Amino acid sequence: MTGKATTPAPMTPVPVPQPESDRYWEGLRRSEIWVRRCEGCGKPYFYPRDICPHCASAKTQWFRASGRGVIHTYAIVHRAPHPGFGDKVPYVVAIVELEEGVRVPTNIVGVEPEPTKIKIGSRVVPVFEKLTDTITLLKFKPA
Amino acid sequence: MPVESSLARISGKASIVGVAESDEIGKVPNKSPLQHHAEAARNALEDAGLKLSDVDGFLTAGYNGYDVAEYLGIQPRYTDSTSVGGSSFVIHLAHALAAINAGYCEVALITHGQAGRSDRARPGPNPGLPAAQYESPHGIMGPPITYALACNRYLHQYGEDRTRQAMAEIAVSTRKWANLNPKAYMQAEKMTFDDYHDSRWIAWPFHLLDCCLVTDAGAAIVVTSASRARDTKKNPIRILGVGEGHDHSMISQMPDLTSAFGRNTGPQAMKMAGVGHGDFDLTMIYDSFTYTVLVTLENLGFCKPGEAADFVAGQRTAPGGNFPLNTSGGGLSYTHPGMYGIFLIVEAVRQLRNECGDRQVADCRLALVHGTGGSLSSTGTTVLGRA
Ligand SMILES: [Zn+2]
Repeated sequence: MTGKATTPAPMTPVPVPQPESDRYWEGLRRSEIWVRRCEGCGKPYFYPRDICPHCASAKTQWFRASGRGVIHTYAIVHRAPHPGFGDKVPYVVAIVELEEGVRVPTNIVGVEPEPTKIKIGSRVVPVFEKLTDTITLLKFKPA
Repeated sequence: MPVESSLARISGKASIVGVAESDEIGKVPNKSPLQHHAEAARNALEDAGLKLSDVDGFLTAGYNGYDVAEYLGIQPRYTDSTSVGGSSFVIHLAHALAAINAGYCEVALITHGQAGRSDRARPGPNPGLPAAQYESPHGIMGPPITYALACNRYLHQYGEDRTRQAMAEIAVSTRKWANLNPKAYMQAEKMTFDDYHDSRWIAWPFHLLDCCLVTDAGAAIVVTSASRARDTKKNPIRILGVGEGHDHSMISQMPDLTSAFGRNTGPQAMKMAGVGHGDFDLTMIYDSFTYTVLVTLENLGFCKPGEAADFVAGQRTAPGGNFPLNTSGGGLSYTHPGMYGIFLIVEAVRQLRNECGDRQVADCRLALVHGTGGSLSSTGTTVLGRA
């Protein structure tokens, strides 16, 4: 048995980028948010892929989003769903709608994890949180 | 419309003739998930008065069909492993109805088995799925969290206090049904409104008592043609209407967090059966969470969006109320091994056969069964009726 001092803390899940999402993850590493828009129907979408989920067009392109958005919904996690989150509860999970019109799953940080302190519809700005040398997560804090 | 008229042609043209759980359900540490499949299969066939060798169609979820069929020792000529979460087994009823009427098989066996509490093997999420890239790293993992995200949007749109009271109504009324079911995990445990409001937070807005149980259990269903059903042991229960589908996988991709696919599958199943909302003697709705029931009642059209709180007020869904709902005690208080949908069917069939003892709904002739899977992702609706 190894002692407590030498046991590494369990890691939260680390994303494995796919070829279609490499540029998204490279962007976050530089504190930039790159999402996709369809040239066929003009609509933006998340998550990145080469087929437009609105019209099935293959003509899609990357564009840089501002990062400004509003909280579409949130929840406050009290029971960790994975050992990596054991020392992080309570934490706030959320879906944020960016002003460009796409919704992203995320966390709200820099707030008390209390329902009275977090409002759906309130404005948020991005926080780029380094997870590993190659992966940076997109989180948000109150604007 | 052509699709609907061809569906109407097979309405009632297959029947459920056997239903059962595995030998023991609840906390069963000494049995594997596959053993639950096998016990339930044997029990359901016994219930039908049929043998494993009569089975020529096999349907399951959570496994590839051949994994379970090999364990059982059967070689089906029709196979369907449609696996879209807890609604899968309700969807299997639709597929069995279609397969039997197309001549693919005559006796279809649907099995389920999971050891949600006790399983020694705990597979993680597939790292190649978008959810593993975009949701899991943020700790958005598992139904309590994904459904909590949907629920909070509903609270925002329709009011927190009245919805909270409605969630408590469902928790308490469902427990009262469980108190009447000898097979219910919570049969001996009473629940008050205070118990509900005092229970700890799992993922706000969900208390512990908003969340379904985690149990070990299996169940199985036998479906056969209307003609062959005449020779089985018990009253056949006809499959009158069906609907299935999904509109997203990840919760963050759900087009409208307060509207699941039951908005389509409910009306389709009712239209195929030629029945309306007021015709049901029993309603079985997948209660992964108290909130799931509220939003489903609205999606199915029992009430308008935002009105479920009024619909379920005053313990209307409890024993003695005029809208009997989840009379087994549901996923909240009877059993919930992971993919609970098959247990909705088991209870509906038992009610329609008048086998439910203390919790029997008087003169139960028509039942609506509605399963939800994934993160409110998939739904299956079926209308079942006594012949
Ligand atoms: Zn498009």
